[in-house]
Amino acid sequence: MVDQADVARVFREEYGRAVAVLVRLLGDIDLAEEAVQEAFEAAVRRWPDSGLPPSPAGWIVTTARNRAIDRHRRESTRDDRQAEASRLHVPDEPLEEGAVRDDRLRLIFTCCHPSLGTSAQVALTLRLLGGLTTAEIARLFLVPEPTVAQRLVRAKNKIRKARIPYRVPQDADLPDRLHAVLAVLYLIFTEGHTATSGGALVRSDLCAEAIRLARQLAELMPDEPEALGLLALMLLVESRSAARTAPDGSLVPLAEQDRSRWDDDLAEQGRDLVRCCLRRDRPGPYQVQAAIQAVHSETPTDWRQVVALYDHLLALTPTPMVALNRAIAVGEVDGPGAALVLVDGLRTALGDHHLFHATRAELLRRLGRADEAATAYADAADRTRNAVERDFLDRRRGEL
Amino acid sequence: MSHYLLSVVTPTDGTPPAAEELDTIMKNVDTLHREMRDAGAWVFSGGLDGPDTATVVRPRGDELLLTDGPFIEAREYVGGISIIDVPDLDAALEWGRRSARAIGLPIEVRPFHWA
Repeated sequence: MVDQADVARVFREEYGRAVAVLVRLLGDIDLAEEAVQEAFEAAVRRWPDSGLPPSPAGWIVTTARNRAIDRHRRESTRDDRQAEASRLHVPDEPLEEGAVRDDRLRLIFTCCHPSLGTSAQVALTLRLLGGLTTAEIARLFLVPEPTVAQRLVRAKNKIRKARIPYRVPQDADLPDRLHAVLAVLYLIFTEGHTATSGGALVRSDLCAEAIRLARQLAELMPDEPEALGLLALMLLVESRSAARTAPDGSLVPLAEQDRSRWDDDLAEQGRDLVRCCLRRDRPGPYQVQAAIQAVHSETPTDWRQVVALYDHLLALTPTPMVALNRAIAVGEVDGPGAALVLVDGLRTALGDHHLFHATRAELLRRLGRADEAATAYADAADRTRNAVERDFLDRRRGEL
Repeated sequence: MSHYLLSVVTPTDGTPPAAEELDTIMKNVDTLHREMRDAGAWVFSGGLDGPDTATVVRPRGDELLLTDGPFIEAREYVGGISIIDVPDLDAALEWGRRSARAIGLPIEVRPFHWA
């Protein structure tokens, strides 16, 4: 028996794939979306009687293509040459084995093209690859629906008018372009992991969506260790999410988490991927971050190993935030005094960030410098927009 | 093929480069235009004088009003342009990158249509 839920499941799993194929066939994102939408509407009507077709994805693509052809015939009175001219630029390539796989990659790289702004990249990726509606994206990012709708229209307009190519980048451009794709998926995940604003700490639906997309990417680019590294990183962080909030929704720091609530399956998947990356021996920032999370997933934590990995990460991406995290690990090996010296050196770069003050506060508390710790907790609480984080910092200050 | 306008985003209050530096830039630009020609991408290039040399003709009802100075005062103006003919935005951006490197100023890349 096929019901609405089955169609919804196929929709979630196959929407991106179907749109990707149709964009290539039709040369237009809006037409592709419309055609796929119509095919799913037909599926809702037909599948309950006929049962699931042997290949639901194939059925959707075929139906969508036929609908698009019908529509084209109906509307062929339009100035075809003009329609032709406004088509999305799809380089002529022979249809070959793995073409569908390539279609999804083309779509990912088009959505995350560096000429589009970050918020447009994120909205397009969730809409076209994730199959999320405008309303769902708006809800996830706590922005008004018209804002998201406008972002999507503008982005699709730019893709068409500026002729952003529907193509997997050439080898020379691939590292940079892949980096942009990974950054978009990671941004979706981190926004879910600690929402920058709002009442809930974790927005698990957003994390789940990011992991789903990262799984797709890892599947599509199995030879790119950074794609595997990103998936591993997400899985390992996600494996601790249940333990990260107390029943009342408040934040529980890593050291105080109930490890029995960690998801071993997810963690093991993540560790497997990390081991796989180590064998490849082509390290990159996401792989090293995943390795750090893998060390954290074992008890007891090997802090020397964590410091060594942060040294590696700092060499790859010398940012103040990495230096801050490294300092925290140093604090576990050489004590809070050594860490505080390192953290204080980052004030110019990170003085406006709540994590800088929160880290100082924790170190000062461990050094028994309660007055300074209280000031630092207050400074941190002033600078976070997440209510749960703020409550945690206020509680810590109260416990001094 | 598609046409794109590459414009040189020039700061209005910037100090103009010293003679020696300007010489290098002009050489770079010559090389760049030659490369564009060799690649079959070059259509047209030119430089613009500063906004203080501009006059605006503005319709006011049936009359036309002449005003001194630029259309809008801005911190930046278009100091030079090239029109290129390339397959897609990626190709246009590659010429944009090369132009930015040659001139040392930001380059805006925008689709262009012949009237």
